[in-house]
Amino acid sequence: MFTIIKRRELNPTVTELCIHAPLIAKKAKAGQFIIVRAKEDSERIPLTIAGFDREAGTVSIIFQVVGAGTMQLNSLKEGEAVHDFVGPLGKATEIEGLKNVCVVGGGVGCAIALPIAQALHEQGTKVTGIVGFRNKDLVILEDEFRACCDEFIIMTDDGSYGEKGVVTAPLEKKIVEGANFDEVITIGPLIMMKFVVKTTKPHNVKTVVSMNPIMVDGTGMCGGCRLTVGGQTKFACVDGPDFDGFEVDFDEAMHRGTMYKPFEAHAREAECNLLKQEVQ
Amino acid sequence: MPNMDPKKCPMPSQEPNVRNKNFKEVALGYTEEMAVNEAKRCLQCKNHPCRSGCPVEIDIPGFIKHVAEGDFEAAYNVIAQSSALPAVCGRVCPQEHQCEGKCVRGIKGETVGIGRLERFVADWYRNNVHTKPTAPAPNGHKVAVIGAGPSGLTVAGDLAKLGYKVTVYEALHVAGGVLMYGIPEFRLPKDIVQHEVEGLKELGVDIETNMVIGKVLTIDELMNDYGFEAVYVASGAGLPRFMGIPGESLNGVYSANEYLTRVNLMKAYKEDSRTPIMKSKSVAVVGGGNVAMDAARCAKRLGAENVYIVYRRGMAELPARKEEVEHAEEEGIVFKTLTNPTEVLGDENGWVKGMTCVEMELGEPDASGRRRPIVKEGSEFVLNVDTMIMALGTSPNPLIRSTTPGLDADKHGCLITNGPDGLTSRPMVYAGGDAVTGAATVILAMGAGKEAARAIDAAIKAKEQ
Ligand SMILES: Cc1cc2nc3c(=O)[nH]c(=O)nc-3n(C[C@H](O)[C@H](O)[C@H](O)COP(=O)(O)OP(=O)(O)OC[C@H]3O[C@@H](n4cnc5c(N)ncnc54)[C@H](O)[C@@H]3O)c2cc1C
Ligand SMILES: Cc1cc2nc3c(=O)[nH]c(=O)nc-3n(C[C@H](O)[C@H](O)[C@H](O)COP(=O)(O)OP(=O)(O)OC[C@H]3O[C@@H](n4cnc5c(N)ncnc54)[C@H](O)[C@@H]3O)c2cc1C
Ligand code: SF4
Ligand code: SF4
Ligand code: FES
Repeated sequence: MFTIIKRRELNPTVTELCIHAPLIAKKAKAGQFIIVRAKEDSERIPLTIAGFDREAGTVSIIFQVVGAGTMQLNSLKEGEAVHDFVGPLGKATEIEGLKNVCVVGGGVGCAIALPIAQALHEQGTKVTGIVGFRNKDLVILEDEFRACCDEFIIMTDDGSYGEKGVVTAPLEKKIVEGANFDEVITIGPLIMMKFVVKTTKPHNVKTVVSMNPIMVDGTGMCGGCRLTVGGQTKFACVDGPDFDGFEVDFDEAMHRGTMYKPFEAHAREAECNLLKQEVQ
Repeated sequence: MPNMDPKKCPMPSQEPNVRNKNFKEVALGYTEEMAVNEAKRCLQCKNHPCRSGCPVEIDIPGFIKHVAEGDFEAAYNVIAQSSALPAVCGRVCPQEHQCEGKCVRGIKGETVGIGRLERFVADWYRNNVHTKPTAPAPNGHKVAVIGAGPSGLTVAGDLAKLGYKVTVYEALHVAGGVLMYGIPEFRLPKDIVQHEVEGLKELGVDIETNMVIGKVLTIDELMNDYGFEAVYVASGAGLPRFMGIPGESLNGVYSANEYLTRVNLMKAYKEDSRTPIMKSKSVAVVGGGNVAMDAARCAKRLGAENVYIVYRRGMAELPARKEEVEHAEEEGIVFKTLTNPTEVLGDENGWVKGMTCVEMELGEPDASGRRRPIVKEGSEFVLNVDTMIMALGTSPNPLIRSTTPGLDADKHGCLITNGPDGLTSRPMVYAGGDAVTGAATVILAMGAGKEAARAIDAAIKAKEQ
């Protein structure tokens, strides 16, 4: 039984669930993910491991409600259980030997960036955190980031909190000022990661991106999660999800991510109508 | 007196134009009367060549004799001595190359319908005999199985019957392997597969789903920390291959595994399913095996008007089961054989709008003994499709190999075993099925499981002494 031990709403559309899964908690490493099915008829949804407690045997996930699957997940209460929970999947982020790293997170991607920042901090790496949100109401995990970053910058699109602007502005500034990062690790919307790479590439600062293509099994069977990296076909669930940002074909990945847009919009409507009926 | 009708008793089936719109089983199965009649066509040959064509050597004349006499339970017991999954194999074995390929009745007329009779017997038993198997007295030994496909399930059943405590670890959320996520409902109803799985549980087998071995637990941990004395690896064939032609990343290009997984495992064929799948108008499936036939027939059932099988050799070379090819043709699938795609074409929004193909002709035989297709000069043409499904085979999943030190694989990534008993380069670690052979058949995967179960039992008993 994968019981929900704790549930926390981080902002109106982002929820954290802490789930009892001792075997996964024992093995989990920063950068890996799980696949969850909320109920017996739910879709398989990949979500990054946002934290784990090996002793308590728990794994946390943080997700944004975007469609039918995440809506179902969001409907579960503390004490209830998710139907399936499988992991840890994918390769862990490689952090060994890094001395000075900039972690750049965007939106709900910050939930994925946090455990990496924490792992870096624990091994003594100097961590600069740059995170971006659309506005003040959507800011998540600020205290957690402050606790593990040597320097921390929050950006909002509308300037309602932190500094106004996008994450690439302070990143560029730091690099130009001679921050001398060994590596930049970036996680967020594809478009953001694409621009982070555009920023770092001219300065030749190695950049690792965490890709989140559409997945089905997550175990290396279906081939749905394929990406083009360095001209070759790679499977994010077994070869990734981290890849060398300079090599990833972002435009293709962005396009493939839209494959089910029409279907999803429809599902969302159906779901909302259901919700309405329940209320009436 | 045997029934000398030169033709097999025909299989009652759904009408092609009805069935190509639903996912219910195509072939409906023999009635008792039909089965008895068909069984009487068997000549009970003394040297029974049919048996040598069956990879697990079922006593074919033996079980057919009981069918002819109307004793279906006795017939089942004969089959059960050699096969763990008769309801499955009777439906999906490529009989024309195996048992039936050797049947003497095939010399003048049609062979005995061995597969159909096997299916009948297994279905009859499932519907009429409800004695639950009793778990035998435990012998105190523990064995772990990785993968709940036909190979893993067979090992689990055979060892459990000998008193072993068997745990099957399965990566997906249901047991059954390809039988659940690959082969569609209309060819192999899923409740048959689940019936087999339930039978194993009654024998005391533990099936743990959602467990990706190599990630959550390694083989070394299973053996050192969990006390399993032997491990059987049956993790299947793995990742789909692509052609490497331009345009394969366009939206609307699927691997057959993804397409079939969405349709079967995630039930996209049901009206109320939450799993998205493309509503295609024209579909090209590239490849000529069972996987290609299944993908094409699913696409047709999901409402596609035109479905093409694009295959680079000829009709005679199609590797799929003969019956599936015939069924596909009846259902309106168009075969473009001696055709090979060279590029996938996209529209301005990055969706598939067609593919460029070339025609092929068959040249000299290649290493596999099949005539090698070569491109016909100037034969390029465009096939207009909005969906392309690649069914070109798979290459083994690296998860187990890369997390088990000392486990040898060949250059393709298939696990190396020392022959039929399935022992790998690691002591007490056995392997079989598609993980060893590459994509093959259900009966071979099951046969490998039977051999390995015997070998594991012998090895554990030998250690005890
Ligand atoms: C390795 C990996 C790690 C991820 N980690 C997180 C995380 O920590 N937190 C989080 O909020 N989200 C994460 N995602 C994205 C998350 O899986 C999707 O938001 C979720 O599957 C959407 O499901 P849905 O049914 O609610 O929405 P849908 O209605 O199915 O889709 C809504 C949107 O999500 C995209 N999407 C749909 N299915 C997937 C999928 N399987 N993978 C990726 N995108 C998809 C669609 O293109 C669409 O834009 C991760 C994805 C991957 C592959
Ligand atoms: C679409 C399709 C149609 C086919 N049609 C036919 C047919 O008509 N006739 C025929 O004889 N054969 C057919 N085959 C081939 C046949 O299904 C396979 O040869 C057979 O299923 C192989 O059995 P297996 O037990 O070795 O592997 P699989 O059935 O592939 O099972 C392997 C299992 O292991 C699990 N697994 C993998 N890795 C791990 C891991 N690390 N940890 C835990 N579990 C893991 C997988 O999830 C899977 O459930 C078809 C195959 C496909 C794909
Ligand atoms: S198991 Fe397959 S090959 Fe053997 S007799 Fe049955 S159908 Fe024929
Ligand atoms: S070869 Fe054909 S006729 Fe002879 S025993 Fe076998 S099934 Fe019967
Ligand atoms: S999600 Fe199926 S292969 Fe990666």
